[in-house]
Amino acid sequence: MLLLKGKGVSAGIAIGQLAIYNQSLNSIPHYIVANPEEEIQRFQKAQQAALENFQQLYTTAIKEVSEENANIFEVHQMMLEDCDYVEAIESIIRLQKVNAEFAINITAKKFAKIFTDMEDEYMKARASDIHDISNSLLACLDGKKTIQLSFNGPSVLAATDLTPSETMHLAKGKILGFITEHGSANSHSAILARALGIPAVIGVRKLLSKISANMTVVIDGFTGDIYLNPDEKTLANMTQKIETLKYHQTLLKELKGQPNITMSGKEIKLAANISGPQDLAAVLENDADGIGLFRSEFLYLENKKIPTEDEQFTAYKTVIETMAGKQVIIRTLDVGADKNIPCLKLLPEDNPAMGCRGIRVCLMQPEIFKIQLHAILRASAFGNTAIMLPFITSVDEIHAAKIILEEVKTSLRQDNIPFDENIKLGIMIETPAAALISDDLAKEVDFFSIGTNDLTQYTLAIDRQNQNLSSFFNPHHKAIFKLIAQTIESAHKNGILVGICGELGGDPDLIKIFLDLGVDELSVSPPAILPLRKKLRSLE
Amino acid sequence: MKNFTYTIKDAKGLHARPAGLLAKEAKQFNSKIIITVNGKTADLKHIFAVMSLGIKCATTVTVTIDGEDEDVAALALEKHIKANL
Repeated sequence: MLLLKGKGVSAGIAIGQLAIYNQSLNSIPHYIVANPEEEIQRFQKAQQAALENFQQLYTTAIKEVSEENANIFEVHQMMLEDCDYVEAIESIIRLQKVNAEFAINITAKKFAKIFTDMEDEYMKARASDIHDISNSLLACLDGKKTIQLSFNGPSVLAATDLTPSETMHLAKGKILGFITEHGSANSHSAILARALGIPAVIGVRKLLSKISANMTVVIDGFTGDIYLNPDEKTLANMTQKIETLKYHQTLLKELKGQPNITMSGKEIKLAANISGPQDLAAVLENDADGIGLFRSEFLYLENKKIPTEDEQFTAYKTVIETMAGKQVIIRTLDVGADKNIPCLKLLPEDNPAMGCRGIRVCLMQPEIFKIQLHAILRASAFGNTAIMLPFITSVDEIHAAKIILEEVKTSLRQDNIPFDENIKLGIMIETPAAALISDDLAKEVDFFSIGTNDLTQYTLAIDRQNQNLSSFFNPHHKAIFKLIAQTIESAHKNGILVGICGELGGDPDLIKIFLDLGVDELSVSPPAILPLRKKLRSLE
Repeated sequence: MKNFTYTIKDAKGLHARPAGLLAKEAKQFNSKIIITVNGKTADLKHIFAVMSLGIKCATTVTVTIDGEDEDVAALALEKHIKANL
């Protein structure tokens, strides 16, 4: 078995035979023509043929994919008709008295460079559009009508690269997925693969030199792993994963859009936990009622410097806008010496679990806290937002945070920057202290979210990462449920909502208990939502 | 000569497809149509020239139309841009 690694750009797992697509990379012919005007006519004929091809591909794509994705072929048609592009080719033919292929190649390079020189990632990727249309022109000049490839049954395709035209042509021939040496996640081939729902992996260096036809291959579009001639264990493992995926697909079809309601009409909100805008696709696909926990740390973890207010603002705004009115709860920076972020300059500690973490960091470094609050408030103007403070153990902490929050609000008002004046403020209940005084805390905030992971650790005084202690670690310990019950009672007594955002919330076996206790919302990782909904709808 | 300004609302900015559709729309008219942004200009009928301006969301552009059918063109183009960008 050989393992190759690339970048997964389209989700899915497929097992099949390998088919190799080797576009004949003929070198571009270059010769003098006696009659440039005739050569120009030859070029124009090829242009017409290429335009017709794109039209056909567009029509096919509309049927097999979607209008949005078919549009790439419309764009290619428009590019092929662009005056600058056409004039450039024709003037080279005329002035240098050379063949069309050569003129097209030079022009392609020149135009592609304009795009690769641009800063914007999207524009950079457009250079490949130029290559695509130029290759189509060259193919038409060469008299090739369509891309030939025959398969012995459903196959996984390997190639140096694939243009959108090729992706569409080949999809018709039933490819299970494709692997390329080059390509980018934003390339149209990747976009089409996602629209077709087939796995795709790109950037597998020297791919063609490592494979031979008819090898069995497993392609994992999630991780970017390629297994050639997989051993039994891998095969069994991946087959199992395919089954799980299929099951999830059926759940989606069955449950998407259905309300989270038991047979007797009891409701509970099912929201998603995310780490950033990159998780939004999963949130929407799995039909979440909102985002119950947006872990804002990712921006700090990714950067070597403190993320600027604008970087934060952009990320928050993207999420808030995409959720289109569904609530997004943003938890303020929640880190400690164990999840150390160099830019925060946290001192090493003997006991990081009991140390400088959560709200403590923000209250000790208010300037950083203000930047984050400023960004969150600005973003709140674009949708339904709430702020949540982590690791609260006292009323004083809430008061201190509120003072800083008010300062930020005042400064925004003075600068005439709009924000949601009614933005809700909630806290995590993840320490025994918070649960025990939840009655007092409930009077200070708009909602609670119970962080069961940390609550369990601190209540049982046990490190859940320590494998040696697994026999002592009971996530369903009576003490935890007592604290949860007390928290819920305090919340409802004071008229506020309470949710659970820890792992316990994602266990379908516990959903009945939580319903009976009166939990208002469960926020879980996106794939856990539909299994919860299924369980919920089967309860009385 | 006529002109109008507009601030791009589309989050993706003036990317390939809208540039192409805009060029198509502009090609219907005889007038010379120029788009200006941050001091740089491009012929609106030329998709590559327009794309290479790299016009992003929240950027203000000015479209200048000069020719026989400038009135009709200005109306149509302004309508098209407002609807699509």
